[in-house]
Amino acid sequence: MRHMKSLMMGAMFGLAGAVTTVPVMQAHAETPPNMLVIANRIDDITTLDPAESFEFAGSDVSRNVYGKLVNFDPLAMEKGYEPDIAESWDVSEDGKTITFTIRDGLKFHSGNPVTAEDAEFSLRRAVVLNKTPSFILTQFGFSADNVEQTIKADGNKLSITTDKKYATSFVLNCLTSTIGGIVDKKTVMANEKDGDMGNEWLKTNSAGSGAYKVVSWKPSDSVTLEANPDFYKGEPAMKRVIVRHIQESATQRLLLEKGDVDVARNLSPEDIAAVESSDALTVYEELRGRLMYISFNQKHPVFSNPKVVEAMKYLIDYEGMQNSFLKGQWTVHQAFLPRTYLGEIDDKPFSMDVEKAKALLKEAGVDGFEFEAGVREAQERVEIAQSLQNTFSQAGIKMNITIGTGKQILTRYRARELDMYLGAWGPDYPDPQTNAGTFAYNPDNSDEIKATGFLAYRNAWDPGDMNAKVDAAVVEGDTDKRRSMYEDLQREHQQKSPFAVMFQKIEQVGLKKTIKNLRLGSAITAVSYWPVTK
Amino acid sequence: MTAQSDIDKGRQPSALVESLVRAAKILGSIAVTMLGLLFVTFVIGRVMPIDPVISVLGERASREAYEATRIAMGLDKPLIVQFFVYIGDVIQGDFGQSRLTARPVADDIARVFPATLELATLGTLLGVVVGVPLGVLAAVKRGTWIDQVARVVALIGYSMPIFWLGLVGLLVFYGILGWVGGPGRVGIFYVDLVPSVTGMILVDSALDGQWDVFWNAVSHIILPASLLGYYSLAYISRMTRSFMLEQLSAEYITTARVKGMSEWTVVWRHAFGNIKVPLITVIALSYAGLLEGSVLTEIIFAWPGIGSYITTALLSADMNAVLGGTVVVGLVFVCLNIFSDLLYKFFDPRAR
Repeated sequence: MRHMKSLMMGAMFGLAGAVTTVPVMQAHAETPPNMLVIANRIDDITTLDPAESFEFAGSDVSRNVYGKLVNFDPLAMEKGYEPDIAESWDVSEDGKTITFTIRDGLKFHSGNPVTAEDAEFSLRRAVVLNKTPSFILTQFGFSADNVEQTIKADGNKLSITTDKKYATSFVLNCLTSTIGGIVDKKTVMANEKDGDMGNEWLKTNSAGSGAYKVVSWKPSDSVTLEANPDFYKGEPAMKRVIVRHIQESATQRLLLEKGDVDVARNLSPEDIAAVESSDALTVYEELRGRLMYISFNQKHPVFSNPKVVEAMKYLIDYEGMQNSFLKGQWTVHQAFLPRTYLGEIDDKPFSMDVEKAKALLKEAGVDGFEFEAGVREAQERVEIAQSLQNTFSQAGIKMNITIGTGKQILTRYRARELDMYLGAWGPDYPDPQTNAGTFAYNPDNSDEIKATGFLAYRNAWDPGDMNAKVDAAVVEGDTDKRRSMYEDLQREHQQKSPFAVMFQKIEQVGLKKTIKNLRLGSAITAVSYWPVTK
Repeated sequence: MTAQSDIDKGRQPSALVESLVRAAKILGSIAVTMLGLLFVTFVIGRVMPIDPVISVLGERASREAYEATRIAMGLDKPLIVQFFVYIGDVIQGDFGQSRLTARPVADDIARVFPATLELATLGTLLGVVVGVPLGVLAAVKRGTWIDQVARVVALIGYSMPIFWLGLVGLLVFYGILGWVGGPGRVGIFYVDLVPSVTGMILVDSALDGQWDVFWNAVSHIILPASLLGYYSLAYISRMTRSFMLEQLSAEYITTARVKGMSEWTVVWRHAFGNIKVPLITVIALSYAGLLEGSVLTEIIFAWPGIGSYITTALLSADMNAVLGGTVVVGLVFVCLNIFSDLLYKFFDPRAR
């Protein structure tokens, strides 16, 4: 279906190409100065409940609606987490208990004060409801049975106690994700139905203390937010934010050019180029969290030889792909942590070098072989696969591409059946553990265990002593030391692992030149509307 | 005399019985069709390799919660029992909850179907108003330049991809000329200004007397409706032409001409009078086709209709929404079928 669509769209651009170069008359109808209108694809939103929401467009809403204990400043992301609802925190001697002091004078949109009790309720609720993203909290040992003891409010203090000592930065980074959103206990419980802790109601309503409140969410149509005049950092300049669901890039571009929207978030490279050449519009870009990688199954007799895997890493035309069909959308990146994460590195030890690869293959005693690569039917990925097929063949290696739906390919990947997998990986929460714990961690590599959550497992790769290094980084209390542990881990991973991380995602948006301070959240969080001016 | 009236008397009750039987037959056939459709959708919903419990609870639900929900959803019962429960729910208008929108499917359909209805109705109206005269004219002036122009117009409508026409239409009439409103049902200033009664903005704003909203909605619907209208025009005009040609070559037309009737009477009274019935079928089919929702048109014009609703649901395996949407589209087909049957009776003396 998607393949079909991309084919049709391809044909369309071909046909429409000649016509769409005609300049469009600039708008007379402008959006009002205190209203921000955004064209985006929002059909992935299935819920607005912070305890349940785990999709991109949903996080965009949540970030602007719910305050968290600690949070990122959109204009100073590099500083890491900062006080938000909690004005300060203390860590106990044993490193297991963090006690937050709740900021005074904060109010929910309902007018109710924000208290430690609300924070206690919100975190307990997320654990008890046990929805998809709940693992972000339960990985610290919280469970429905122990939340009464482990998450406790006392006066204006909230203390949380983990099952063992973890790096404070790990715990706090996790609390900045959507599931850390603090909800208004009174309002939520007033809307409880059949003991659901207000889940049904919060799916389509909001009860937060953030910069905006939800006016309406019409599925696959629009999300409308209204500014919170009592927001503690000051009332946002944009009194209303409307996100319209516009599926097509060409339609988004027309709306942007006519001035009916201020920002267009899903423009194709062709449309980005057109926006760049316009006087009233500009392009803004940020690195996002998705990585594009290939990995080699260690059950494969040839790929189990590290020399062969190393050779393969020299048979990828990183630069060539980046500068042609991936231009502006993906940039070369070769480590398992996306840039902007704690512990990021920018080392790029590999580049296309056929001679070196041939020498390595010779050393390994391999002379030409054939294997199967699984690829999801998305245009971008198929193009990458074709480039790889071409460069691998220069060293006498034949790659047979199997194209399937996401579900088909992923099922075989998880069952460790693919020789090579080409795919994308997005981090689950804003802490380096999210990727370290899957790319470089696989404590039990046996077939029976079916630990399909670990990418290392899916490739039947035993990371050896890297497992212990990942475990050590998770409990390291000193943030600087922790950072350097991840840096080392990634350098080791680049050399030893059967993963070749190739690219990191860039998000390019088209917007009016007058729009300032729109921040998309880089790799670690979501978009922020409250600093925006126009 | 007396015998005659006796026969009449004897006939009257049997005529009543006959029409009752006929009505019962129609209702029966609807019931069977709908039951068949429900059965097929139910089976598809159950054989799809998607666990409805997981789609409700999420992948990380505990074993106990999973079992409890499974029993609460009645999935532990035999399939045949589940089928009857499903039918019972559907009859009460309960299609279950959509996983994707977190609302009841019935509410979703009540929101998206009027958008499609509005667009499809206007599109079909345009298609009929232009397509039928064009087809008749092409048949009457067969072989002349008028016929050729009609042929080219229809051919373009048939063969041009609708998304391309839509995009170019948007670019020209919205982007360059600025004659019409852009994608979406109304401009952002007019959203939610009128209370939703029918869900069709044109009707709701007219009912409420909010004429500025009405005209804004018209400026937004005119382009997609014309596009769909053009598409159905192409079909309707070609079919009209071929029906007309068949009639115009018939002997009774020659007779009528020999009798010296005016060309107008010959064409419109005699020939056109005889093609009304097949034409109704063609129009009903084309209308039903548009009511399914035109996915590409909806995507390009950001029109929140039933076509993109069902497609999005299908791509994310939201089975309740897919099944609900399918049943509603099926119901529309059945209703249109009955409606055109009734129209036959009105236009065709033999069917009375």
